[in-house]
Formats: sequence, structure tokens, C-alpha cells
Amino acid sequence: MADLPILSLLIFLPLAGAGFILTINGDDEIAQNNARKTALWASTITFILSLWLWFKFDNSTADFQFVENVDWIPTFNISYHLGIDGISVLFVLLTTVLTPVCILASWRSIQDRVKEYMIAFLILETMMIGMFAALDIVIFYIFFEAVLIPMFLIIGVWGGQRRVYASYKLFLYTLLGSVLMLLAILVMYNQAGTTDIPTLMTTRFDPSLQIWLWLAFFASFAVKVPMWPVHTWLPDAHVEAPTAGSVILAGMLLKFGGYGFIRFSLPMFPDASVYFTPLIYSLSIVAVIYTSLVALVQNDMKKLIAYSSIAHMGFVTAGTFSLTMQGVEGAIFQMLSHGVVSAALFLCVGVIYDRLHTREIAAYGGLVHKMPAYALVFMLFMMASVGLPGTGGFVGEFLVLVGLFKANTWVAAFAATGVVLGAAYMLYLYRRVVFGALEKEEVKKMLDMSRREWAVFAPLIILTLWMGVYPMSFLDMMHVSVDNLLGQVQLALDASNSALVAGQ
Amino acid sequence: MADVPNIAPVLPEIFLALAAMSLLMLGVFQKATTPDGVMRASRLTSGLGVVTLVLALILVFTVSGAKLVAFDGLFLSDPFSSYVKILILLASAFSLILAQNWLERQGAHRFEFAILLIFATLGMMMMVSAGNLLSLYMGLELQSLSLYVLAAFHRDDTRSTEAGLKYFVLGALASGLLLYGSSLVYGFSGTTDFATIATTIAAQEHTPLGLIIGLVFVMAGLAFKVSAVPFHMWTPDVYEGAPTPVTAFFSVAPKIAALALFVRVMVGPFGALVAEWQQVVVLISILSMLLGAFAAIAQTNIKRMMAYSSIGHVGYALIGLAVGNEAGVMGVLVYLTIYVFMNVGTFACIMAMRRGDRNVENITELGGLGKTHPAMAAALAIFMFSMAGIPPLAGFIGKLYIFMAAIDAQLYTLAIVGVLSSVVSAYYYLRIIKVMYFDDPGIEPLESPLPTSIVGVLVVTSLATLLFILVPSPVIGWAGTAAASLF
Repeated sequence: MADLPILSLLIFLPLAGAGFILTINGDDEIAQNNARKTALWASTITFILSLWLWFKFDNSTADFQFVENVDWIPTFNISYHLGIDGISVLFVLLTTVLTPVCILASWRSIQDRVKEYMIAFLILETMMIGMFAALDIVIFYIFFEAVLIPMFLIIGVWGGQRRVYASYKLFLYTLLGSVLMLLAILVMYNQAGTTDIPTLMTTRFDPSLQIWLWLAFFASFAVKVPMWPVHTWLPDAHVEAPTAGSVILAGMLLKFGGYGFIRFSLPMFPDASVYFTPLIYSLSIVAVIYTSLVALVQNDMKKLIAYSSIAHMGFVTAGTFSLTMQGVEGAIFQMLSHGVVSAALFLCVGVIYDRLHTREIAAYGGLVHKMPAYALVFMLFMMASVGLPGTGGFVGEFLVLVGLFKANTWVAAFAATGVVLGAAYMLYLYRRVVFGALEKEEVKKMLDMSRREWAVFAPLIILTLWMGVYPMSFLDMMHVSVDNLLGQVQLALDASNSALVAGQ
Repeated sequence: MADVPNIAPVLPEIFLALAAMSLLMLGVFQKATTPDGVMRASRLTSGLGVVTLVLALILVFTVSGAKLVAFDGLFLSDPFSSYVKILILLASAFSLILAQNWLERQGAHRFEFAILLIFATLGMMMMVSAGNLLSLYMGLELQSLSLYVLAAFHRDDTRSTEAGLKYFVLGALASGLLLYGSSLVYGFSGTTDFATIATTIAAQEHTPLGLIIGLVFVMAGLAFKVSAVPFHMWTPDVYEGAPTPVTAFFSVAPKIAALALFVRVMVGPFGALVAEWQQVVVLISILSMLLGAFAAIAQTNIKRMMAYSSIGHVGYALIGLAVGNEAGVMGVLVYLTIYVFMNVGTFACIMAMRRGDRNVENITELGGLGKTHPAMAAALAIFMFSMAGIPPLAGFIGKLYIFMAAIDAQLYTLAIVGVLSSVVSAYYYLRIIKVMYFDDPGIEPLESPLPTSIVGVLVVTSLATLLFILVPSPVIGWAGTAAASLF
């Protein structure tokens, strides 16, 4: 079964599901339920198939695995080249886990245009898996950009009151960043004569050119991460998006940027990466501290979690550019755990939003009396977000801080304040929502979590604890690849240093 | 026995000319005195017109391949011209298919429509194959004169007649500029033949100033025909005023022909002067892209918006010309190919915008289309995302090749302005999608069901736009061959 095109299957299975939903006629209750079920089946089968990657993945090599290579535009040497290594495999798996969760989470809350909604989510899954599995930079770009179309529609059609503004902002911000990256990709193609990612990774670009290329990629990835000061689209998008849209945004879309930095910026432009490290550090620290403070004063739950996402992603960017083993692995781990935890937090908001239709923190209070199970789940994820040992959040933050400490003590010290602030705003949120007196009439009527909601949270709870208790099963997968990546970067840096010495 | 000229390369044109004249006869001799007779005559010529265009397309296929010269260099047939002719014929056929139903419902169905459209197409094919300044002008005028009439075809509508007149006056001015430029070129090079002009210029040590001035005049005339800034002023008014099927036709076929002619004239006879004309093309390209992007934002009429959008698209295509090499020309051809499909599709949607017995053209009329006409809304959304250049739709591939050529030629400014203006233009393309999907339907939904002709064209064009990404190689390879034949 070595020849099974597993990655293509994973990419196009959701699309096939979307095509299937398209054939469902009518708009009545039955048709809607069929659409929901089809989407759930398609995404669940995709998830089960993706487990094949988990079991068959070879930890001992940094090579790309499950490779597929088909000519696409042979005259220009562009091919449909797929493959995954230790860095991307976990992201693919995270995508396949989160999509069924999202579909299940929107089971009741989406009643309008259900078919289109499910199609949008399945297309989104296709694009996301494709992006992580792409080994040709043009194919990567196509998937990377195409994500905007379903995301724009999800926010715009099923979003809240200011959905139009939010969807435009998301689309135009990210498009602006990506078109510059497109030009950089074309320059790289012009220089290297190929768009093949593994080849480009070993291509040495001229250091002065690297600066420009790095900046162009930075324009795209920094918006996606998002880094301060181009983060402003995120709170808007999160607040207006439907719950599942927020889950995908926080869980997957933000990872595109971090993944991009690790996959492209570091190995392809090592000199520029070192050159710009102070910039990344500064922006990351501003992000960590500033957005944490902003999160403290939010009245809207989703906005608060959105700002906390920016702060957490600040750790990711800082860790990535520390260029240490712990830093990079911590960054990847942090992205994975943040993918699970922030997704779960948005789902937590979704649970009470579905009941009361408001995200105002002040509208709640005393939930623990009526919804003890919910309070427990919420607490678990809140603690994971804070970085309590035993949860996934701790491992990522700890590794990043260790890495940063090795690279630059000051940065580590500043970043560590983010952990403290994180605890402050999360605990404050939790206290206002869950504890306190049960006074409000509407809140008194709220019911605890249903079985469907438990089913939504169960995989995320398991993952969070697993990541916290035994992180090695994840770290082992990425270890060799990260090691190899850093080795390459170091090699490239040594080469340009010696060239510099020889030049003098 | 006298020499029989080799007419094989000109067969498609000869066929088209004869067919158009026969159709004219056919139309005239129909007893079109009753409303029924008028209807019958117009349906007959329109149907046969489509058949004629398709047959001409097959003929172009059969003569394509080699580089052929006819009439002592007046007429060239090479893979480049064949490629462009196929695009033009496709665009014309699509427009004619779309037009009949619309014209009938407006009460403007007269059999001359198809004939004028075929004559215009013939003129465009002559333009594309021109090998001499004289045959160039002949083709251009045959095309323009037919188009002036077409713009005013809905003669009971003041907007349409105004559009026709405006187009005529400004078009005549542009033709004058072109003719004046041609005469200067002739005066300073001693010939009107493209190949001889090229060798003359290459042999000259210093290019005479008069020749440069002539070149600039020729460029101004051509820029008018492709509606590039600063010669674009006629476009929004004519697009808005002309009957919608005519606008649909205007926005594709003549543009393609004029751009192809622009390319041929610049890289052919004036190829040696690339340093002189490149800066001009870069400038008009940048201006067109920016104007196309910013001016369209404020439009409320969808036809006007599409007019500015087409100005922007011309700006992108001109990037390929500014590059001035094989890769650039290939980029132009790929871009135009994709442009045909998405633009025809968009106009098919615009023609379907009817409420009661009138056409509506305001963008807000599309409100809630996603609910009332899901299929049409999906198609229009595909075209809009494609025009904005968002992958995986075809428009992205078009832009990719254009920018690839620009980067290869190190025209970085052009490429950066290009991508930035594509972000700006994404704003107004998104507005259409926003209106269709995010807004609620108005009181009275748009008419349904759509006419079969529109549905057919929509299915073809939207599938082509959506699925092009899967197998782009054939088109790209073919465009590459076509571009190579110019150099």
C-alpha cells in the first residue's frame, strides 16, 4: 500500500463530500440534516484516513514522506508535489481533528443555508490540508490564498452584526500580504528556476536579495499570524465569525503564518532571518505584553480570547526565531496546543452563546451553579491557556521560554511576563463568567451541556491532557525534522560567515 | 496563365466575408414586413451567424500551424494570429448567442445585428493578421465602423444613440491619430510593410525623431482602441449606453484584437525600438491598472463598473507587452484567454438581471441573489473571485504568468503596482459577492428562470473558469507556441 496517494485522498475527500452535498435537493429540514450528516461523515472519514499518517509516519528521518509528484505545468517546471515531514504532519492531523469538531459544533447553531455552510467548511478543510502538504511553492500559494474564499463567505454570510466589515477586513488584509509573497515567489523562481520546496530549501539566495524576499514573505505571514501591529483584523473577524468559524480561524488559520515562517523563512532565507531577529523579537514582545493588557479590559468574551490568541502567537514567532531546538519545537508545539485550546475556548463561548445569544461577559455570572459540567470543561481549557503544567499549553510555553533564554535572556524575561498576564486575564474572565452570584434571570434558565456538546469537547479534552502529560508522542514526530532544519540553517549561516571572512 | 495568389492563409476571412454578405442577402430578401417576419429574419441570421462563426473557427484551426504570408506581406498567418483569431471567434460566438434573446425582449431584434457583428469580427481578424500599416488600418476601420453602428443599435434608446455617437467621434479621432502616425512612419522609413520597417529601423544608426513621433501617434491610436489610460474616457459611457450584449461584445472581442495588434506592431516593426516604447507602455499600464482599480470603487451601475474593470484588465495585459519578450507575449495570450471566459460569463449574468419587463443595471439589484438564484450567484461569484485573481480560479493563472514575465524582465515597479492594484480591485469585486450573499433579497426578486442561451453560456464559462486550474498546460503550451512565432 506504499503507493496509496494518501495525501491527495485527504485533500480531495472533503471536496468530494462538498460535491455530494451540492447534489442534495431542497431546503427543508430533511435536506439540511442530510447536509449536516454528509459533512460530518466526510470529515470523519478524512480524520480516520489521516490516522494512517500518524501510524505510518517514520520518526527517524527528516525526509518528506508520502510523497506524490505529478506534472502540472511542465513548461514552467511547476508540479503537483505533495509530501509531509515532521513539521507539517501534525498540522495536517490537527486540521482533520478540528473540522469534524467544527461541523458538530454548528449542528444546531446554524439553521440558515446549511448546505452552503457545510460545503464551505469542507472546501476549507481541503484547502488547509493542501496547504500543509504542498511541496511546490505555487501549489502552496494556491491553497494558501484559496482559504480566503470560504473564510470570507463563512464570516460574511453567517457572521454577527458587523460581519461585512469583518469579512472585508480579513480578506483585504491577508490578500495584501499574500500578493507581495507571490512576487517574492516569482523572484525565487526566476533565481532558482524551480518552485519545488525541497530544492528551494537548499538553494542559497544572495543575502541582499534574501532581505527583500524575507520581507515579502513576512508581509504575508505576519498578517496571518497575526503579529502586532497588523493584528487588527483578527479581533473583528473573531467577534463576527460564527463559532465554528472562530474555531477554524484560531485553530488553523493563524498557524499558516507560523508554519510559513518555519517552512520558508528560516530555511530559505537564513541570513535575512538572523538579520531580522531583533525585529521579530520586538514585535513578538509587544504582541505578548500589549495584547495581554488589551485582553484584560475586554467586555466581549470572543474578543478577549482573540487578543489572547495574538499573545500566544507572539510566543510562537519569538520561539521560531530563537533558532534553538527548544524554541522551534516549542513554537510548533505551542501552535498545536493553541490550536486545540483556543478552538476549545471559542467552543466554550459558543456553548453559552447558543443559549443566551450574547457574548457580553457582564451578561453572565454564577454559571457554576447551573452548569457544573460546563464550568469544569471551561476551567480545563482556561488553565491550559494559562499554561498550567499537565496541559498542552504548559509544554509549548515552557519550551519556547527555554529556547529564548538560551538565545536572548532579555527577550525571555519580557516574554515570561506574558504568562503572568495571561493568567490574570483568563482567571478574571473565568471569575466573571462562572463564579459570582447567580442573579440574572436568563442565566438561571440555562441548561448544562448536551451529549452533542460533550462529543464536541471530548476529543479536545483528550488532546489537551495528552499533550500536557506525555508531549513526547508529538515532539518525537517533529524532532528529527526540526533538527535537520536547524542544521541546514546553521550550515547556511556558517557558509555566508566564512564568505564574509574570506571577502575581508 | 496569371499567377493565382495563395489564398489559403486567408480562407477563414474570405469565408467569413462571403458568409456575412450571403446572410445580408438572406436577411434583406426575407419578407420582414410583419413583426413575425422581423422576428423570423433576425432569428435566422443570428442562428446562421453563430454557425458561420463556428465554421470560421474550424477553418482557422485547419490553416493554423505554419507561418504563411499572403498578398505580398499584407496578410500574415502564424500561430500567433490563429490563436488570437480563435479567441476572437469564441468571444463573438458567445456574444451572438447571448444577444438574440435580449434583443428580442427589448424589441431591438433586427437581422443586421448578426451581420454587423460578423463584419466587426472580420475586421478584427484582419487586424490580427495585418502585415502592413495599410492592411492594419483597413482591418481596424472595418471593425470600428461596424462597432459604431452596433453601439447605437438600440436606436430608440437615447443612451444607446449617445453611446454610438460618442464612440464614433472619439474613435474617428483615434483612427486619425493612428493614420497620422502611420504616415510619419512611412515618411521616415519609406515603407509601410512591417518586416521592411523593422529592417530599416535596425539598419539606422540614429532613429529619426519623426519616426519616434510617428510611433507615439500609432501607440496613442492603439491605446484608444484597447481603452488604456489616458485614452479611456469613452469606455464607461459607451459601455453603459450601448445595449448590454453589445457591451459584452465590446469588452472582449475588440479588446483582444486591439491588444494583439498592439503586440504585433510593437514587437514586429518597432521591435528594435523597444527601449523607446517600453517606457510608454509601462506608464499606460500603471495608469490603467490604478484607474481601473480606484475608479470602479465608486460605481453603482454594474456596466460602468465592468468598464473600469476592463480598463484595469487591459493594464495587466499591457504588463506583458511592456516586458516585450516571448514570455511577456505568452502572458498576454494566457491572460486574454481567461479574460474571455470570465468576462463573457459576467455579462451573461448582467443580461440576466431583469425585473418585470425591464433590465436593471444597479449593483444593489443583485441583493440576495444567493438565495433567490443560487446557481447564477455561484457563477457570478466565481467570475468575480477570478477577476480579483484569487486562486484556484483561472484569473489567478492569468495574473501569475503576467507577473512572472514582469519579474523575469526585472520590471519590479510594474509588478508591485500590479499586485497592489489587484488588492484594491478585489474590493469592488467583493462588493458584488457581498451584495449577492450578505444582503437580503429585495421586494421583488430578479426574473427566473433564465433564458436557455444564458444558462448554456454560464455553464460553459463558469466551468472553464473554475476548472482551468486542473489542466492549464495545453492552453499555456499553445500560447507559448503562438508567442514564439512572433520572435
